[in-house]
Amino acid sequence: MNRRAFLLSLPLLYAGRLLAAPSAPARFLLVFLRGGYDAANVLVPTSSAFYYETRPNIAVPKDAAIALDSDWGLHPALAESLHPLYQRGEAAFIPFAGTEDTSRSHFETQDSIELGQPLGARSYASGFMNRLAAELGALGAISFTNQLPVTFRGQAQVANVALNMVAKPGVDARQSEMIARMYRGTALGAPVAEGFAARDTVMRDLGDEMVAASRNAVTARAFEVQAKRIARLMRGDYRLGFVDVGGWDTHVGEGGASGQLATRLEELGRGLGALASEMGDAWRHTVVLVISEFGRTFRENGNRGTDHGHGTVYWALGGALRGARVAGEQVRVARETLFQDRDYPVLNEYRALLGGLFARLYGLQGEALGRIFPAAAPKDLALV
Amino acid sequence: MARFLLLSAAILIAGCASAPQSSAPARAPLEPIAWPDDSRAVELQVLNRVSWGANSSSAADIARLGTGRWLDSQLRPARAPLPAEMQARIDAMTISQRPIADIAADLERQRRAFQSAPPEERKAERQAFQQELTRLGREAQARMLLRALYSPNQLEEHMTWFWMNHFSVFQFKGPLRGLLADYEERAIRPQALGRFRDLLGATARHPAMLIYLDNARNSAGRINENYARELMELHTLGVEGGYTQRDVEALAHILTGWSVDLTSGQLARFYPRRHDFTAKVFLGRTIQGRGAAELDEALDMLARHPATAHFVSRKLATFFVADEPPAALVERMAQTFALSDGDIGQVLRTMFVSPEFRASLGGKFKDPLHYALSALRLVLDERPLPDAQPVIGALARMGEPLYARATPDGYPLTRTDWASPGQLATRFEIARGIAYRVPVRVWDEPLGPLSAATRETLAQASSPQEWNLLLLSSPEFMNR
Repeated sequence: MNRRAFLLSLPLLYAGRLLAAPSAPARFLLVFLRGGYDAANVLVPTSSAFYYETRPNIAVPKDAAIALDSDWGLHPALAESLHPLYQRGEAAFIPFAGTEDTSRSHFETQDSIELGQPLGARSYASGFMNRLAAELGALGAISFTNQLPVTFRGQAQVANVALNMVAKPGVDARQSEMIARMYRGTALGAPVAEGFAARDTVMRDLGDEMVAASRNAVTARAFEVQAKRIARLMRGDYRLGFVDVGGWDTHVGEGGASGQLATRLEELGRGLGALASEMGDAWRHTVVLVISEFGRTFRENGNRGTDHGHGTVYWALGGALRGARVAGEQVRVARETLFQDRDYPVLNEYRALLGGLFARLYGLQGEALGRIFPAAAPKDLALV
Repeated sequence: MARFLLLSAAILIAGCASAPQSSAPARAPLEPIAWPDDSRAVELQVLNRVSWGANSSSAADIARLGTGRWLDSQLRPARAPLPAEMQARIDAMTISQRPIADIAADLERQRRAFQSAPPEERKAERQAFQQELTRLGREAQARMLLRALYSPNQLEEHMTWFWMNHFSVFQFKGPLRGLLADYEERAIRPQALGRFRDLLGATARHPAMLIYLDNARNSAGRINENYARELMELHTLGVEGGYTQRDVEALAHILTGWSVDLTSGQLARFYPRRHDFTAKVFLGRTIQGRGAAELDEALDMLARHPATAHFVSRKLATFFVADEPPAALVERMAQTFALSDGDIGQVLRTMFVSPEFRASLGGKFKDPLHYALSALRLVLDERPLPDAQPVIGALARMGEPLYARATPDGYPLTRTDWASPGQLATRFEIARGIAYRVPVRVWDEPLGPLSAATRETLAQASSPQEWNLLLLSSPEFMNR
């Protein structure tokens, strides 16, 4: 108990800018783009002739990309949403990020990242977000997903709610209590109680109006609706969150400045922008990290799409971010620097990178950090 | 590796490894199952595990035959119609009345028509096309639910879902809603208790799979490796099955030219001009470039690979026995798989007669589909389901809608995947929706002995409806 209280007080020293007062603890949201989004078409290597050679049909033209610096441009679908955040210093991109796992399997790689263990050692006992929740003690942790993702499974109790299907409950308070009583002392006792508690918190924080609006959410704006609800809950009772967004496995007809990927990006960006503004004052104490299991093949395939690759680009967003930059270790984008003559290499390993971020955000270090990411040396990109 | 070597030896003894062709030896007859104990409690437990949920009519069946003979009859199902009203509902569906070639050709015509329609009409025509797809997809879902709820051949229905999930396709991609019913009916269901190699061949030649995993676009010079990878990772060898990125690429080249023409009558076709005719080195063997026959050679290798025997056996045992199935049982099932050339009935038989299966009864947590179907079977028994649509909606709310896993891995099968706080809270809401439609207390014997806490809580119910809600929400009803 004392140890936890001590750790929680440390952030004041380490990230004073972020945590101005003990009453405003840091909030962290992990956004997982499932399917392996095509990072090279989002943070576009505009200075690389090789990029334009190998993507004759799907490259984002240099004059369409929004220049971030002399080497990198941003996909135009993010012009209205992420670019303003970037200009305000509230967004950063970390290229050549990812895992050492080279299976190129969605499921294998997603699991291994979510577990956060050293390569080769695989135990499904707990994921790294659950271990982070355990280290941080009694703070609200919640997954905005129908299933509890691998990364949030483990000893610490974590709530979950599918925000696209929130509805007024039919099981009343008395019945909830009766049901919970049947489970007390069983293996499902804790999740059943947590399920009812989270249901009540979500109903309270979202309010009647938001819940009623869920019934006819327009599909194209589905993520924006969801993101606003996430903000409501994360500026309220929950401080550690997870959400996943699918639809990135662009093997066929990916598109360039416009098209399939651009549409997905536009929707995602709009949602993240809405989340940032809906967070209100709490945005200053919030970090959102957007990750994916892998990048895609650097060259386009035979169907104007891309196949499973390796290194990707992570995005960090937050009100107190030291952003407006492309962060982390980098290399010139050319054929010679590709991994296996095929994909982006991984120069910024995710466990080191996330460990460095958690050290900044929560003042975690040494053994505590080692319990979250065993045998990983944190890499400090000074993101906050 | 030692395990695989052992299994390879078994295959050589069976005389299959050196003759890769799809003409398999005749399937050996199944030996009758000797079942030691026939207590009513065990019968109900077996029903809960091997069916979509015990109800009074299935309990009467198993009591009449005895557990062993009931299992035998499930492994070799005789054609049996559903109760007349349910069968009539299925017979009246478009997917029953029209050949798939006609349905597919109409859909394709409709699609081309809206694409070439003048802009002001395009939206309306496109909506009409989408509505027709949705209607066909709902028919396939309703048919699945009716069969699962009322068919006496419960294992056949169970295994049809299992393989649909193993060879999963996502109904909302392209025209798949219109092809789903046929995929289930021709590629999966006839082989559900048959030979694994037949499932593999039928799924590889069905337009639903070719479209879903992009092989319809895979051709020489325009390689798409999506299906090749998942065919090994998810359908056969498993991610640790010993293949490499080069094998994925080789298989993608073997698969070039297998595509779809929805207007052609046969739907899936091999286009020699799109095929890469060079020789490929696949899993250490050279496959001579000769066209369509390369696919069968590759599928034979995959179906008879020891990793496949193990991967598929483990998945079956995860579904039927335990989240972490006993290694020794999986090993015996994999041996049966290898010795019987992938005869699924034989593999299931090995599992059913095992002490591990018997010891595991009652210990599997129900995924949402098992949960909803077992509640409905208990409540309805032989009375007709008024409308399938609310059930389709409930499955979506619980996160396991039919034919709608977006990713090709299919739905997971273990407790940790389905017992999160949010899912449990939703499950109790679904329980309420079912419980309050029934004005009398439902039959509680299939739940087995109830705990003191459950009995005391039930005693406080203020109405039969609330009693039903509590019973369907009880810890005892969460397991099968």
